[in-house]
Amino acid sequence: MFDPNKLRKDFPFFENVKKMQGNNLVYFDNAATTQKPRQVLDSIIQYYSKENANSHRGDYDIAHLVDDKVDKTRDLVSKFLNCDKREVVFTSGTTMSLNLIAYGYGQKFLTKDDEILISEEEHSSNILPWYEVSKKTGAKVKFIRLVDGKITLEEIKKAISSKTKLISLAQVSNVLGYKIPAKEICKFAHEKGILVSIDAAQSAPHMKIDVKDMDCDFLSFSGHKMCGPTGIGILYGKFELLNRMDSFLVGGGNNITYDTGCNVSYLYPPEKFEAGTLNLAGIYGLYAAIKYLNDIGLDNIENYEKELKDYAIKKLSSNKNIIIYNKDSETGILTFNYNGVFAQDEATYLNSKGICVRSGQHCAKLLNDYLKTPATIRASFYFYNTKQEIDQLAKVLENGGNFLDAYFN
Amino acid sequence: MPTSINDKLKREIIIDHYSSPRHKKTPENINDYQKIHMDSVSCIDNIYVYVKLDNDKIVDACFDGVACAISTASTDILCDLIINKTKAEANYILTQYLNMIYEKDFDDSVLDEAIVFSNTYKQAARIKCATIGCNGIEELIK
Ligand SMILES: Cc1ncc(COP(=O)(O)O)c(C=O)c1O
Repeated sequence: MFDPNKLRKDFPFFENVKKMQGNNLVYFDNAATTQKPRQVLDSIIQYYSKENANSHRGDYDIAHLVDDKVDKTRDLVSKFLNCDKREVVFTSGTTMSLNLIAYGYGQKFLTKDDEILISEEEHSSNILPWYEVSKKTGAKVKFIRLVDGKITLEEIKKAISSKTKLISLAQVSNVLGYKIPAKEICKFAHEKGILVSIDAAQSAPHMKIDVKDMDCDFLSFSGHKMCGPTGIGILYGKFELLNRMDSFLVGGGNNITYDTGCNVSYLYPPEKFEAGTLNLAGIYGLYAAIKYLNDIGLDNIENYEKELKDYAIKKLSSNKNIIIYNKDSETGILTFNYNGVFAQDEATYLNSKGICVRSGQHCAKLLNDYLKTPATIRASFYFYNTKQEIDQLAKVLENGGNFLDAYFN
Repeated sequence: MPTSINDKLKREIIIDHYSSPRHKKTPENINDYQKIHMDSVSCIDNIYVYVKLDNDKIVDACFDGVACAISTASTDILCDLIINKTKAEANYILTQYLNMIYEKDFDDSVLDEAIVFSNTYKQAARIKCATIGCNGIEELIK
């Protein structure tokens, strides 16, 4: 049985940090990063305190344990995504994964006659790497028109041309939380010979992903947004594509042989992209995080977050001063403002009442041209949040106009 | 202004300078002004600060851009305080202001309305907002 109150007990953070500014702490910034269960922390400590050795062909037992864990983690990730193990690359996170696609594929294969299609709703980590591709190759970056903040297949059809070579989109937007029709987009794109890169930073932690079924060409996500540690993430790529790509890091661990005449023979993917000592503690932590999420069940997580979101809409709708920008989005991201109060001031007020939210442009500066507000407040839920916490948010917002209380109480 | 002004008045002063700032504008004769762009990764504030100098004297100061209540009101009040002061006098005021924000000893006799920000430490994440305009002005007159 899914029970958030029981799951919370796995998180030392909630045990250790009960109050903020004298009020019950409510952590609603899960789209930025999530808390870590004991299982993940234990796994990291296990590495540093019992199995601390480098990976890559260590000739002793402990080093072998590490190699084994790296291998097992790759295996677990491949099952998590439904792909081949050779298609799982360890990176430092979504940002690095997207940069690797842009550098390794985009800068290598795209030309001035090509177009890359993204949307205004993307995180800057899924915009700026493509701008760099554009600067280096002359390829053009084009934007899909959003319909009420959503990406539709219809608009993608209108936005592509015979020059479009790659579409890169977030499966779930970090600002409004809408899901894109990823499978339909991939099917359509492939009919036109276009590759699809999926930014799964906000989807992989919250819903089941099957890259075979979706048929995307690349998919990126971060460990820290799914109960794992910072500094570890995944790039999935179809093997044939990874094989043709360049690595932007070269050095120890990604080559087989080299001579003094600059001749190098690189390893096959995924090792080809993993030069240098890996974030091994991060890999141990990611292993435990994925196991933890699997045990809860991604479907349970997705359903419960939707329930929380619906509950929050219901609770907040009676407050006439609250403007909600994404009532109908399906995930646990709630984007709103308090009438007449600058988002950052309202977020500070919420801080003074113990509630962690994020104000801002969420790295998606462009979106504000569409939302027509310089900034929004985002409350983002995870499976360990509760309806009581949403009640606290609703109650505190009843007085949300008195934002200077943050300084004078 | 006595340090003992009550919280109600302090709040009114902040709201007043936030909702109707006197110095939030882009100057018409922009070429007569020194200008600096101030933003930060820790907040949304994104402003230009302008100062017009006549030799050693600050004859005008203003700012414009996207800014929260704390950065708007603090920058507006500081503009009030430094206009018609010499650079040295203005620097002294700004130093006292920063000392207050960072909870050090400060000379409140020169801060006037800026005293309303003495509670900023309660919201550590907003110290950046209470100092963004101050730092900009300091850069321009140093
Ligand atoms: C949609 C999306 N893409 C990319 C990122 C970047 O992730 P990271 O900072 O872990 O690389 C984020 C993080 O906020 C995100 O929400």
